[in-house]
Amino acid sequence: MHWEMVMGLEVHLQLATHSKIFSSSSTQFGAEVNTHTNPLDMALPGTLPVLNHEAVTLAIVFGLGIGAEIGKISRFDRKNYFYPDLPKGYQISQFFEPIVKEGIFDVPLEDGSTFPVRILRAHLEEDAGKSVHDAIPAHTGIDLNRAGTPLLEVVTEPDFRTSEQVIAYLKALHALVTYLGISDGNMSEGSMRCDVNISLRPMGESAYGTRTELKNINSFRFIERAIHVESQRQQDLLEAGHTVTQETRLFDPDRDETRAMRSKEVANDYRYFPDPDLLPIVIDDATIENIRASLPELPVAKRLRYTEELGLSNYDANLLTQERATAEFFEIVAETSENPKSAANWVLGDVSAALNKEGISMSDATLSAIDVATLIARIDDNTLSSKMAKDVFDALWQGETDVDSIIDRKGLKQVSDSGALEVIINALISENTAQVEQYRVADEGKQKKLIGFFVGQAMKASKGQANPQLLNQLLKEKLG
Amino acid sequence: MPIAFESIATLSQALKNGEVSSRQLVEQAVARIDSLNPQLNAVVCLEAEQALANADQADARRAKGEHSPLLGIPMLHKDIFCTQGMRTTCASKMLADFVPPYDATVVQKLKDAGMINLGKCNMDEFAMGSSNETSVFGACKNPWDVTRVPGGSSGGSAVAVASGMVPFATGTDTGGSIRQPAALCGITGLKPTYGRVSRYGMIAFASSMDQAGPMAHSAQDCALVLNAMAGHDPLDSTCDNTPVPNYHQTLDHPIAGLRIGVPKEFFSSHLNTEVATAIDAAICELERAGATVKEVSLPSTDLAVSTYYVIAPAEASANLSRYDGVRYGYRCEAPSDLQDLYFRSRTEGFGAEVKRRILVGTFTLSAASYDQYFMKAQQVRRLITQEYDSVLNEVDVIAGPAAPNTAFALNDTSKSITDMYMEDVFTIGANLAGLPAISLPAGLVNGLPVGLQLIGQRFGEAQLLNVAHQFQSRTDWHTRRPTLEAVR
Repeated sequence: MHWEMVMGLEVHLQLATHSKIFSSSSTQFGAEVNTHTNPLDMALPGTLPVLNHEAVTLAIVFGLGIGAEIGKISRFDRKNYFYPDLPKGYQISQFFEPIVKEGIFDVPLEDGSTFPVRILRAHLEEDAGKSVHDAIPAHTGIDLNRAGTPLLEVVTEPDFRTSEQVIAYLKALHALVTYLGISDGNMSEGSMRCDVNISLRPMGESAYGTRTELKNINSFRFIERAIHVESQRQQDLLEAGHTVTQETRLFDPDRDETRAMRSKEVANDYRYFPDPDLLPIVIDDATIENIRASLPELPVAKRLRYTEELGLSNYDANLLTQERATAEFFEIVAETSENPKSAANWVLGDVSAALNKEGISMSDATLSAIDVATLIARIDDNTLSSKMAKDVFDALWQGETDVDSIIDRKGLKQVSDSGALEVIINALISENTAQVEQYRVADEGKQKKLIGFFVGQAMKASKGQANPQLLNQLLKEKLG
Repeated sequence: MPIAFESIATLSQALKNGEVSSRQLVEQAVARIDSLNPQLNAVVCLEAEQALANADQADARRAKGEHSPLLGIPMLHKDIFCTQGMRTTCASKMLADFVPPYDATVVQKLKDAGMINLGKCNMDEFAMGSSNETSVFGACKNPWDVTRVPGGSSGGSAVAVASGMVPFATGTDTGGSIRQPAALCGITGLKPTYGRVSRYGMIAFASSMDQAGPMAHSAQDCALVLNAMAGHDPLDSTCDNTPVPNYHQTLDHPIAGLRIGVPKEFFSSHLNTEVATAIDAAICELERAGATVKEVSLPSTDLAVSTYYVIAPAEASANLSRYDGVRYGYRCEAPSDLQDLYFRSRTEGFGAEVKRRILVGTFTLSAASYDQYFMKAQQVRRLITQEYDSVLNEVDVIAGPAAPNTAFALNDTSKSITDMYMEDVFTIGANLAGLPAISLPAGLVNGLPVGLQLIGQRFGEAQLLNVAHQFQSRTDWHTRRPTLEAVR
């Protein structure tokens, strides 16, 4: 039997606010344990939450970014469960009336088409603290630095059928939120965490099968693997005539398997009810319009502009818009060099390669987009051959600046003076009469080879500085 | 001068005139607490040395010419308010050793106004009770008859004022916890509009109804203190930023033409007939002062208690989840695992009434009963609010009894839990609707005080205090003192 995989995603995004969602403590990652805490974060008696409106703004930015409806009135609710890293014994979340309602997020695929994902809702909530199991022998420590960090939980409809779609969505979501400055999207620090709801059904069936939830997987690679492993497990169960149990499972990358969480780790009834300590969030149209007006150009708009106005391929436009820093770098190069195609080739070629080699991202690089643009301009005005340009790029990457002074210092100027080249060519013709004779009687293929021979010799004679196009043209004339 | 039973206004004037020092006031208050407390058990924490040091500072400020009305006046806080460096227990074993690192906003504001806090008052555990018998410190006794309860949950505060220990104490009122003990102890207690006084640092019971207020001998004293307690607080999102009027300034306004509504449902079979007679007489007194009285109807009064006992425990069940033995508060001996830590810490740390309400609240919020209980109760709450609002469109003030009976006997085993809950039948409506309400002494029945309750419009504290003050200008019930030998 053929099975169809059906998946829906819940992504937790840590919002890039300076302080926590209900307290003034810092949200900075990596601080000494329990130093970013105040009486509220520790849930001391009598403390009360006060909403950080920066989190509300970021949630609205996200909603507008995916074209979703913004809840004019949304509310906070208490989600009740006991856990040592949840100091109040409840999490403040939005259950009944989320701030972001339905929207459709068009996820770009490599072939230039888009895959529409229905967003069901996105709601604000506070993060829990962390249990630390290895700090104190025979005890579990609690670090409340993270407790109260604002999260936006983005919930999709079960619209995914392949893990490729899931990864494409997550990458596009990552691009969107980093573009918008909503979240740093840092998966290894937990700024973007993904739960996958997954079920199988016979191909052609419309009813959903029983799903399991894979929790908190924190890299694209693991997500892909977890989906594969879990769908295989469900398929084996179903084909053996067993049923899938609805449960929460953890992916163990070391053992390459998923396993059910202990029932103790899963609360069944969260007893949600409106939090009486917080007023409803009321958002008026003017606020929404102000935020809309301040939004940067989104990836989807950029892609369209790159293909339609700049003449780039869908593939390149897609790659260039994955990260805001890359797109912004590209745009400066393209605009300054007035050669968008060449700009795209450099950014996706040499620049990306150099970044990958050092394992850093564009936002960490010190390379100047203006330098790269000048480099392209020097190719376009025939000052540099493409080989020379690579030498200059290497120098730029090593931290040198100013393309023209690098060219001067390295003596890299290309010889584009036809008089000077003619002297070289004439000398070659008289020194290589045999090859000249061969050329005159050869067929087209053979001629090409021989031109190559002469170009090589001329390059050698010019110490690599001859303009290859001009050389080619002059040789053809002289030999013809 | 002997200060017991003197009003804040009188003491303030004496301080201003140099007839007495704040140190002397504090010394006398401490001496009186020392002598009366073994019998009354109203005060559960006394920090005399710190209070005397603060009194000296207040005297120094007076000497420099500062004369704000509360400067140097001794007082006590209900043990539900967090006091920096001073143990705050909520009368629970759970918080027996809890010393907060911060002051509640109310504590801070009264400190800023120059009041001298002597310590903390007894109360029902986590403010859950109407008799002050659920306290881990044991029952507090009514100074009018020490075999009777003072009411609750702010029983210790009421007794501290009624027995002349201090002229003022803070209370909190979630379902009547200021007004009912004020009534049973013969003092004046005001529950402000929900959101008038900050809840920050006030240990939560039912967050949508909890409200702090003053308990004193007279409406005038309540007005003086409310001036300092009320006002917006950025630390409490539900605290309103409606401007705070000077409550003292409008006390003397004549009440001729005031429209008073008397709900017929308040004079039902729940009400003791002698209490009813006293309340009738008090309302007649207001009529003689020029008010017009008419009968009104609050048809859902009978639903108020059950509505309250769904909503309040639901909120409490979540509010009290933080007492889990993990970070602070009571932790059981040698827990075997996490489950055991939770289970035994909470089983051993909470008293029976608190556990009962946590269980009820957990039940009413559970998925299977949410619609049937919690949601239904929210609907009835809206209905009750509408009924109050519509009556308050026709009249200025609603008048009636604060409690159905006078003080009842301690350890009265004939009283069932639901009988106890019915003590709040007349007070709960104002909490559900978020309205201000005051209880003031309005008579004695068999030697025990009766409280007249006035319920006002949202943020109508000034009017309530004005009406109460006018009543107190014409009557002397608020100057009657307990007959207890030691107290007199």
